[in-house]
Amino acid sequence: MKRFIYADNSATTQPSEHVIESMMPYLREFYGNPSSLYSISEATKTAVENARAQTAAALGAEAKEIFFTSGGSESDNWAIKGAARQAAKKGKKHIISTAFEHHAVLHTLESLKKEGFEVTLLDVHSDGLVRVDELEAAIREDTALVTVMYANNEIGTVQPIAEIGEICKKHGVLFHTDAVQAVGNLHIDVKAQNIDMLSLSAHKFHGPKGVGALYIRKGVRINNLVDGGAQENGRRAGTENVASIVGLGTAITDAVAAIDEKTEKLTAMRDRLIDGALTIERSRLNGDRVKRLPGNVNISFEGIEGESLLLWLDQKGICASSGSACTTASLDPSHVLLSIGLPHAVAHGSLRLSLGDNNTMEDVDYILSVLPGIVKMLRDMSPLWEEIIKEENK
Amino acid sequence: MYSELVMDHFTNPRNVGEIADADGVGEIGNAKCGDIMKMYIKVSDNVITDVKFKTFGCGSAIATSSIATEMIKGQPIEEALKLSNKAVVEALGGLPAHKIHCSVLAEQAIKSAIADYYRRQGVDPTPIVGEIGDCEACHVH
Repeated sequence: MKRFIYADNSATTQPSEHVIESMMPYLREFYGNPSSLYSISEATKTAVENARAQTAAALGAEAKEIFFTSGGSESDNWAIKGAARQAAKKGKKHIISTAFEHHAVLHTLESLKKEGFEVTLLDVHSDGLVRVDELEAAIREDTALVTVMYANNEIGTVQPIAEIGEICKKHGVLFHTDAVQAVGNLHIDVKAQNIDMLSLSAHKFHGPKGVGALYIRKGVRINNLVDGGAQENGRRAGTENVASIVGLGTAITDAVAAIDEKTEKLTAMRDRLIDGALTIERSRLNGDRVKRLPGNVNISFEGIEGESLLLWLDQKGICASSGSACTTASLDPSHVLLSIGLPHAVAHGSLRLSLGDNNTMEDVDYILSVLPGIVKMLRDMSPLWEEIIKEENK
Repeated sequence: MYSELVMDHFTNPRNVGEIADADGVGEIGNAKCGDIMKMYIKVSDNVITDVKFKTFGCGSAIATSSIATEMIKGQPIEEALKLSNKAVVEALGGLPAHKIHCSVLAEQAIKSAIADYYRRQGVDPTPIVGEIGDCEACHVH
């Protein structure tokens, strides 16, 4: 039988049975609009508020600080545009971020530049980590916002969020973090870490797609992004996506309860996969080895191109992803890999395997049993590899 | 994303390898763009009697190299020079829009190998083969 190994959990995760079951009543009998008065609406309204309390509990926040959105991209757009436009009223038009943010952040910043904002992108160095002293040095009188991702989606590096929060608090600057990859994988406490705003997305931790949340600390005023009705306390219009919000609540509760157990299991699998893959000659691990998400493996193999590698892995039943240009539908490889200093040619040959709850050590061993052969076969037909070896033998 | 035929040429590429005593060798593309194609040809009485390739690149780069070698093997040089990227794409049953530039590389790699053959014969290839541009898409940078 052909094996099937899903090792792309940073892209999305399989919704759990528990999540799906919790959602079903709100797709079937409880379809009432939460804003209506009759009793079936009372049930949907209660369900949304219950999910809000669950989400708040998972982050160490208060329920009224949680606002449901359509997902990570909307949360990022809202937090950044909303905070920037609010601060601009006081003449603050400078934003600090990093070079390797998700496009939901980077493209939002590009859009704000057109509105006259100035953006400083911090270097993430060869290990994929922001330096807090560099962040502090970048803060100016007119800095409106600092937005730094919690954990990187490609190389999995986990940023010093509490230290960044501390510095932002000291300087009175708002701090937003895109925690889409972190929620459900790492313990988060928005109060202890001085986080003012945090974006999350349900489908990254076995919830449904198309739903997320933005945590906004009490007292933080940001402009609305979606205007309309009075939903979400008048801050985000649109009839609530009730079933998905319920699914988010179930998923985040389950995920956070299992973090310790999951971390132990995934870290062991991740490290075995990294060690095994690095036995292949001329390979390198991208991103800090220790300060990374428990399930993230990102390795570059010189002399081959990532899409070919993915197609072959798919032939063997393994789902993975790559930062090669051919997988981004553009000609440049991943901006994340370039930001940590990889040459284009090496970035094209990158492979991301993101392990999750459904993976086992047997999966890791199977991946390691097929990977070296695929890399060798592609190298054997690669004129670039031929060049590399020629250089080596000089 | 890819048709069965593309995947067939990708997973079982025809004519992979090198020709040690090749009569012409052409290379096109660069590592920065993520595509390099190298073509080797043997020529006898103006006919391409053998062809091999090596490719660093994505699935469609490998598949277009493979099918292009099949299309020119046994053909007179004049015929091989007529091979267009459009014909390569058609022979593969189509490629996704953002992959079309890979088929241009295959056409250019063949022309580059033929130009090399003429140079080795002491013949200026330009009037016969024309100017071989690099992959146009690479010049976006």
